[in-house]
Amino acid sequence: MGEELVFTFDVDGDDFTSAGQASVQIKKNLRQLGINPEIIRRVSIAMYEGEINMVIHAGGGEATVKVCEDYIEIILKDSGPGIKNIDQAMQEGFSTAPDRIRSLGFGAGMGLPNMKRYTDSMEIDSTVGVGTTVVMRVNIV
Amino acid sequence: MKISNMKELLEAEVLCCEENIDKHVYSACGCDLMSDVLAYVKDQAVLLTGLVNPQVIRTAEMMDMICIVFVRSKAPTDEMLALAKESGIVIMKTDKRLYEACGLLYTNGLVGNKVK
Ligand SMILES: Nc1ncnc2c1ncn2[C@@H]1O[C@H](COP(=O)(O)OP(=O)(O)OP(=O)(O)O)[C@@H](O)[C@H]1O
Ligand SMILES: [Mg+2]
Repeated sequence: MGEELVFTFDVDGDDFTSAGQASVQIKKNLRQLGINPEIIRRVSIAMYEGEINMVIHAGGGEATVKVCEDYIEIILKDSGPGIKNIDQAMQEGFSTAPDRIRSLGFGAGMGLPNMKRYTDSMEIDSTVGVGTTVVMRVNIV
Repeated sequence: MKISNMKELLEAEVLCCEENIDKHVYSACGCDLMSDVLAYVKDQAVLLTGLVNPQVIRTAEMMDMICIVFVRSKAPTDEMLALAKESGIVIMKTDKRLYEACGLLYTNGLVGNKVK
């Protein structure tokens, strides 16, 4: 294994206007590293969806991105309310987002299925009342 | 179609990254729901929207889009323009409504992406 690069961000849960900042920064970092644009696009979209979820559903959290030799790993960890039924949350169109979030352009229930679609693996570990951790990997071929 | 042709068709005002208006675009997407942009957009380089908040710019950036048109005279904030500038995304605004703006571009040859 070669050396791995790790980037960590605090994702502020109180300020919707700043949501997505970490993903924008990661996209820049990955470009600088000369990663394939299609891989960057998949990582960015998946991370952005997850970052927005942490802000709108969980009051913020921590985002970590590891760039390894064979894959890029995105870890999104929050101490929010947790997800009661993960299978249901994974369905397209399922959302508990309030109208306020819909008026901001989100809350269609498309995020989690989209994250799964754009990554090679995705695991959700969630406990109600404790928090949620999402780990996604995109392979670098 | 060049971004500069879109500007003329939409009688739009360019608010940032004017240096990029000679770039070519081949398809566009009209949408107020960023969830759908993230889920359904494939190669569309242009986003037409009536939604105004910084997530519009970040969403476009994540999708590798190069131009955003705000319809119904909606004006982006300075913060949004600063974000767009960092990413080189051309920002325009037009008085036209979303339906009309999309229709004008479509009938003039900027068809959407046919694959879902
Ligand atoms: N980090 C999280 N903490 C708590 N609940 C979550 C979290 N992420 C997702 N959820 C729950 O899963 C549901 C589905 O999430 P998903 O991202 O698919 O849709 P959404 O965020 O509601 O809408 P969209 O992503 O289309 O804007 C959410 O409505 C919410 O109930
Ligand atoms: Mg979501």
